[in-house]
Amino acid sequence: MSRLARFLSVPEAASGTLILALLAAMALLAPVLFPGDPMRIAGPALLPPFQDWSLPLGTDRLGRDVLAELFHGARTSLAVGLAAAAASLAIGALVGTLAGFAGGLADEALMRVTDAFQTVPGFLLALAFVSIVGPSLGVVVAAIALSAWTGPARVARAEVLSIRERDYVAAARVVGMHPVEIALREVLPNALPPVLALSSVIVAGAILTEAALSFLGLGDPNRVTWGGMIAEGRTVLRSAPFLSVVPGIALVLTVLGIYLAGEGAVESSAVRKGLS
Amino acid sequence: MTRALVLLRRRLVGSVFVLAIVVVGTFLLLESAPGDAVDAYIAATGGDAGLVEALRQRWGLDQSELTRLANYLWALAHLDLGQSVAFSRPIRDVILERLPNTLLLMGSATALSFGLGSALGIYAGSRPGSFRDRFLSIGSLALYAVPGFWLGLVLTVLFSVKWRWFPIAGIETVASGRTGFARAADIAWHLALPVASLGVIYLALYLRMMRAGMAEIWRMDFIRAARARGIARRRIVLAHVARNALLPLVTMLGLQSAQMLGGSVVIESVFSVPGLGRLAQEAVAQRDTPLLLGIILISAVLVIVINLLVDIAYAALDPRVGASEAGA
Repeated sequence: MSRLARFLSVPEAASGTLILALLAAMALLAPVLFPGDPMRIAGPALLPPFQDWSLPLGTDRLGRDVLAELFHGARTSLAVGLAAAAASLAIGALVGTLAGFAGGLADEALMRVTDAFQTVPGFLLALAFVSIVGPSLGVVVAAIALSAWTGPARVARAEVLSIRERDYVAAARVVGMHPVEIALREVLPNALPPVLALSSVIVAGAILTEAALSFLGLGDPNRVTWGGMIAEGRTVLRSAPFLSVVPGIALVLTVLGIYLAGEGAVESSAVRKGLS
Repeated sequence: MTRALVLLRRRLVGSVFVLAIVVVGTFLLLESAPGDAVDAYIAATGGDAGLVEALRQRWGLDQSELTRLANYLWALAHLDLGQSVAFSRPIRDVILERLPNTLLLMGSATALSFGLGSALGIYAGSRPGSFRDRFLSIGSLALYAVPGFWLGLVLTVLFSVKWRWFPIAGIETVASGRTGFARAADIAWHLALPVASLGVIYLALYLRMMRAGMAEIWRMDFIRAARARGIARRRIVLAHVARNALLPLVTMLGLQSAQMLGGSVVIESVFSVPGLGRLAQEAVAQRDTPLLLGIILISAVLVIVINLLVDIAYAALDPRVGASEAGA
């Protein structure tokens, strides 16, 4: 509990947590507050915000409720961001651990593959992947993970290189554990903390990539996404700029909340280290 | 100079491997795409089953996968990226035509973000913990959270639609007949908003790296020694603290090039800049997979070249780099 209190006493962490809590509430309550399909027509087209209190943020070009879309978009953004980040952290940790633990030719080969993935612009790769396989939520998650696993892989490998020479690893070897078992059960869990420290950056990056993909029309067509809303609003940018501006603000606040919470976590752990 | 050459040789060997993996990877992606070049061609132009068979034979698509990979490599070795279905022209020519615009956009965005970002970083980092440090620190975090394509739209609404200071799209005034300096000024005027949209996130990144690096260096002993020697504060900030904090930023310049190339895809689409990124989006829209993979391949080459240049610059800036290898 004191750990949480210390985390929340950092102003960045407190404001970041507040934003993320609001966002999570939006995502969870979307089906309760705005039941039914958010993409159905709810009123006259292009109703400006704050005119009709049953449609507080107005409607878009097709007469869809902007507020309902915003809430349901939070669901998609968070789901894709978290799933893609989890996938890229898992792939990265696994590849990094195997490369660092195996060493030699396997390490060399895996790291050259990592280099290759870092050389190709991640967004272009995600774009190509989605356009070849076809846009659906799972494919978008896979595409983002494909472009974001290299960072965690490098960090995990560096950590494993220092861990694999420790005594408890040698002990596990003496006891006769299988190398794969040592790598996955002894080394990997201990190499995780610095990899997990990347999660705020990875989640934020995944949300931004998903938004950019949906903006270019490569999101799941059956779901509301903030990127898709911005693209929709772009067609009426001159007459109704708020249609693009509002989901963008939601996006900025989300990413900012994640960065602030991550920054706060670093700061509160630095304070702890300084005290001990 | 031998230092840089040794380093360059080692990096070049590594790059060849990386490029080989990228080539095989793009080939596999191309293979896994539903339908092939013939299907796309027939869909665009129409034709009967006999023509399909003839085309498959002529383009070597009826052969085994290994043979096709060999053909692909053979063509690449001759700098032949294949034929674009969407443009009915060689992919290489289409890409080369668009490349300069993207390089101009990226180069300007890099110059803006690196120059302004490191300058503001020095300003913030010269007094760690001060009000301006906190302000710039939080401000840069907020900027870092802004998606470039959305910023581009907001800037368009403000500066192009409302105040009409800048053009909405394109890279220069069509058929204006301008030449020389007038044309350069026209292009700069068109590129102002795209460059700002693309560069802002990196500006925030360089600012944050610079001030974080300076905060570390302030605590080091040689700074205390410099202070004890009575060196002017201004000189300590610039010649001792900032100079040492600058090196990681140079590395980041290379690392970020791939990401910036990806970012230019969306920015170029927002502002209709006829560059490589816009081309990628057109390739997606027209389902021209070979063109898309050609763009990926060229981007990888571009990123490798940029990183080589950054390595050389780094070796020139930091005398420790490669010193041990050159001596051995």
